[in-house]
Amino acid sequence: MVTDSSDALLSVLAKEEPRILRSWLESLNAGDSPQTGRIRDAELRTQAQAMLQHLRDALGSGASDAKSEAFAPLRDMLGDISRSRALQGFTPAETAHFILAAKDPIVEALNGTGDPSLAARAWPISRLLDQLSLHTMEVFLASREEVIGRQGQEIAELSTPVVQLWDGILALPLIGTLDSSRTSVVMENLLQAIVDEEAEIAIIDITGVPTVDTLVAQHLLKTIAAARLMGADCIVSGIRPQIAQTMVHLGVELNVVSKATLADAFALALRRTGRAVVRAKAPAPTGEDRT
Amino acid sequence: MPVAKTDRLPIRSGEDVVRVRQTVRTRAIEIGLSLVDQTKIVTAASELARNTLDYGGGGEARVEVVHEGARRGVRLTFEDQGPGIPDLAKALADHFTTGGGLGLGLGGAKRLSNEFHIESTVGVGTRVTIARWK
Ligand SMILES: Nc1ncnc2c1ncn2[C@@H]1O[C@H](COP(=O)(O)OP(=O)(O)OP(=O)(O)O)[C@@H](O)[C@H]1O
Ligand SMILES: [Mg+2]
Repeated sequence: MVTDSSDALLSVLAKEEPRILRSWLESLNAGDSPQTGRIRDAELRTQAQAMLQHLRDALGSGASDAKSEAFAPLRDMLGDISRSRALQGFTPAETAHFILAAKDPIVEALNGTGDPSLAARAWPISRLLDQLSLHTMEVFLASREEVIGRQGQEIAELSTPVVQLWDGILALPLIGTLDSSRTSVVMENLLQAIVDEEAEIAIIDITGVPTVDTLVAQHLLKTIAAARLMGADCIVSGIRPQIAQTMVHLGVELNVVSKATLADAFALALRRTGRAVVRAKAPAPTGEDRT
Repeated sequence: MPVAKTDRLPIRSGEDVVRVRQTVRTRAIEIGLSLVDQTKIVTAASELARNTLDYGGGGEARVEVVHEGARRGVRLTFEDQGPGIPDLAKALADHFTTGGGLGLGLGGAKRLSNEFHIESTVGVGTRVTIARWK
């Protein structure tokens, strides 16, 4: 549905492009949310130019709905820009500002023609840009969530190392909040390590877990039961006195050997696997130590 | 009973439950609760906040520092507009669960608090209030 007025519109946008670009970039660099500094001027100009080109193409096809197929290239381009802005740490407002700042210059260019039929196109175009700015927000928020989700996973994996203390003896020092997603990673890691190391004993140390509620207790119970099925016994260490009291009030019983410290648990594990730690020789007097 | 400080916290996600625990911990330290009592009230808060999230479909926690004469305490209110609890006695009984839990949260929260009050109406929602005094 390419009409005469569309042709006229496109030619105004093409003819006025330098002016539109200039005031658009000026507005991007001014105000509360300058986009320069973090993005080079040249890059910003290229992005703005490409956007105008896509806009003209889409309008040229007669489309007027930002969700339509004709606007797909423009949406994709804005999506890429939003994603990279999200990664660079821009705020949502700064990101939306990129496209919103194009509104005034385009509207002015159309009004400036003095042609009422062109001026009448200003309103739909400005609505279109509003729609597109919403699209940039959606992409922005989705990428932020992706980043947060990925960081969460990385933290979950990073903070749940299974360490081998001795042949057949593993330790799992738990630190921080045991939410469900982290706990399943913990469980899998431990069970895998039990298989890999053919471990007999797994020490789960909860010194670094601030709160042991029924959810944490249930995760511990499941882990202990699964470890047992894999042929390993668990020892829980690091149950601080206040945690022990709280567990009693909750009514939680782990039904597992527990030790005050990881060192105590390790000593027990060595004994159970038929080993003993002995001093090779008498300790040196402290005086000698200092020399 | 005079209220010295109030925090209202939404409970919509697992992170919100963590935030409730942290706020309760901060207030418990402020009023000078012992480490054991801090741990008790924080754990009770964790149970109730998670019930609000899992069974109540989300809701709100109110954390208050209250005074009664020279006594100071923390009072916590958990409120949701969820399905409600049809049989409170059953829900409070140990090992009763409809969600594959241990079924110890509600009863445990009661044992961990100095005061415990629960109101629930099927189809309307649930409100649990607990307090721990210094
Ligand atoms: N806010 C609520 N709204 C609706 N039902 C609830 C609510 N809180 C508790 N319930 C019901 O009461 C039951 C017992 O709760 P309780 O916290 O004691 O155990 P649980 O949550 O099932 O397991 P956990 O030991 O992990 O807490 C729940 O299974 C649920 O059916
Ligand atoms: Mg519960």
